[in-house]
Amino acid sequence: MREAAPAAPLAPALRAWLWWRRRFVQRFWLPGHWLPGRWRRPPLLRSAGLRFASLYAALFGLSALALIFFLWWDTAALLDRQVDAAIRADAEGLSERWEAGGPAALVVTIRDRLAENVDDDAIYLLVDKDRQRIAGNLDRWPPGVAADDDWYELPIVRDNIRSLARVHTFDLPGGFHLLVGRDVEARVRLRHVLTDALLWALLVIAGLGAAGALLVRSVLQSTLADISRTTAAIGAGDLSRRVRLSGRGDEFDHLAETINDMLERIGRLMDGVREVSNAIAHDLRTPITRARARLEDALAHATSAVDLRAAIERAEADLDGIVAIFQAILRIAEIEAGARRSAFAPLDLAPVLADLAEFYSAVAEERGIAFAFNAPPQLPVFGDRDMIQQAVANLLDNALKFSPADGAILLAGECLGNTARIIVADRGPGIPEAERRHVTERFYRGETARSTPGSGLGLALTQAVAQLHDGTLTLEDNAPGLRAILTLPTRRHGDA
Amino acid sequence: MRILLVEDDKDVSGFVAKGLREAGHVVEHADNGRDGLFLAASENFDAIILDRMLPGGVDGLRLLETLRAQNNQTPVLFLSALAQVDDRIRGLKAGGDDYLTKPFVFAELLARVEALTRRSKNEGPQTKLVVADLEMDLLARGVKRAGQKIDLQPREFRLLEYLMRHAGQVVTRTMLLEGVWDYHFDPQTNVIDVHVSRLRQKVDKPFASPLIHTVRNAGYILQPETA
Repeated sequence: MREAAPAAPLAPALRAWLWWRRRFVQRFWLPGHWLPGRWRRPPLLRSAGLRFASLYAALFGLSALALIFFLWWDTAALLDRQVDAAIRADAEGLSERWEAGGPAALVVTIRDRLAENVDDDAIYLLVDKDRQRIAGNLDRWPPGVAADDDWYELPIVRDNIRSLARVHTFDLPGGFHLLVGRDVEARVRLRHVLTDALLWALLVIAGLGAAGALLVRSVLQSTLADISRTTAAIGAGDLSRRVRLSGRGDEFDHLAETINDMLERIGRLMDGVREVSNAIAHDLRTPITRARARLEDALAHATSAVDLRAAIERAEADLDGIVAIFQAILRIAEIEAGARRSAFAPLDLAPVLADLAEFYSAVAEERGIAFAFNAPPQLPVFGDRDMIQQAVANLLDNALKFSPADGAILLAGECLGNTARIIVADRGPGIPEAERRHVTERFYRGETARSTPGSGLGLALTQAVAQLHDGTLTLEDNAPGLRAILTLPTRRHGDA
Repeated sequence: MRILLVEDDKDVSGFVAKGLREAGHVVEHADNGRDGLFLAASENFDAIILDRMLPGGVDGLRLLETLRAQNNQTPVLFLSALAQVDDRIRGLKAGGDDYLTKPFVFAELLARVEALTRRSKNEGPQTKLVVADLEMDLLARGVKRAGQKIDLQPREFRLLEYLMRHAGQVVTRTMLLEGVWDYHFDPQTNVIDVHVSRLRQKVDKPFASPLIHTVRNAGYILQPETA
């Protein structure tokens, strides 16, 4: 406070400046929108809308200025030319009179012309060789004007009124000098008016430009605000938010659609992650509990080394089962994440299916199940060989698992337009219609399947593979039995 | 066989080293990448079992890449918890000869390590495989046992070829699945057993002594009974 004392008279101004500065800084410069998870209007001076609008206003202003300047320059030049032409015409007339009647005639003519001059803007002065006035409406020869054939623009005093004149001097024979001119005060005034108008126009342009800038900014901002708010909310964890579409189908709508698509995908991935963690939490708990119970039971009750050994071996088998489930969950997650899609390539499924048929028909034969295979000589698809092999193998595993001793299994491939269909049909118990929708969910096991071994992940994996390939897995009634149809596109998605 | 084990987990490395020693191998152990690289580069080993994620600034991939850059061709088996398809591809691309994911069954590890060393010994192209009285002509694709011709389907031929190339070694079902069929999934049914039993019908059944034996909890082995 002591330092401020000498500046006491300045204090109010200083205070005002500081107050204004604080407000300005807070309003326009503080990066409040950088706070995580919250969206705020960006500071005015950093707004992209303002930048675009300013650019537009500057262009608009420049073109308006150019137009005005051109008008001004043209008008002023025209007036100048008119004055010069009038003076020349006057001088010509007077010189004719001089030639015709000498100084006396010239004096009469000057008087006549002055009398006829209604605008009172004509200036004449005829002087003798001593620069004494003979005729005209100027009191004396203006100082600084040489008596030769030349143009001047000079201040004059006429009837005690100061004014500005443009004059031309002529030397006449006999030492006479003639001065012909026009009072250009009015023209100067006009030029001033034009200059003023120009300045006012500048102000108006600046004002209109600023208003336009603010308008453009607010339009841009209101259009972008929803996108910003939505993405900020998503960033803060609310994955259910979506950007609203204006319905105009403009660039912003396209942007909003793209963002919404992206959000859908993120949502699906998040659901997948949640499902996996739920699956691990719920469905691995059961076999782990079982394994733990067996070990604890053996520890408490086993009386011989043989019993202990048996318990350990069972626990080992349990753990292997848990690992298998775990690996299946991770494999599905890996497939659903879509990272392998970059490794997709065109491939012929016919030999792949033939190999699988040969591989599994041995088992079918051993169990007395009839195994039929048919496929065209070529069955092109676009995808990942290992994944499709695994998907079909899962279907065949299921078919074998649920087929009765005298059953029949069909593995068929067929080409239907732009898709390849792989059909695995059996004559087992099938899946009731109400359950079919659920069997591709992770860990779902149908009523009839509860008694058979398996993780309940086979169909879920096949489904994931189908989805990754932009294909489908449909389950139908084979009357009796199940008919699983895996449909895959023959070409890359988007290719003609 | 002299085997280098680079693994930082004490329990896993202790268990593996013990099992390998029981199987008659000499095991050197390093518990970080730097020591592992030093040992691998300065001494001769028949095989290296290598973890991917290692402490000490040098991970398994780097270790292997450095080793291969020095033109060291010691067979390497990755033993890693990184189980995704891309991880496996990356490991094999870096110069790994085999990739086994954790958790693993020791019999599988042992069988694969022993198969690796055998593979590295048989570098030259062979035209004929012989085990006891069983002969396989790889060029004419014919099989004879005790001078008697045996007719095999193409896949049966490849299965027998795989077993004969690894004669005297345990091969697991997964190794057969990958080596003979090039399948990288785990069938829920006993498919491999069925195919091996079919092969036995043709190769062993008509003859006095069997060559293909089942190894409990592990897989199969092809060897003369007296061995």
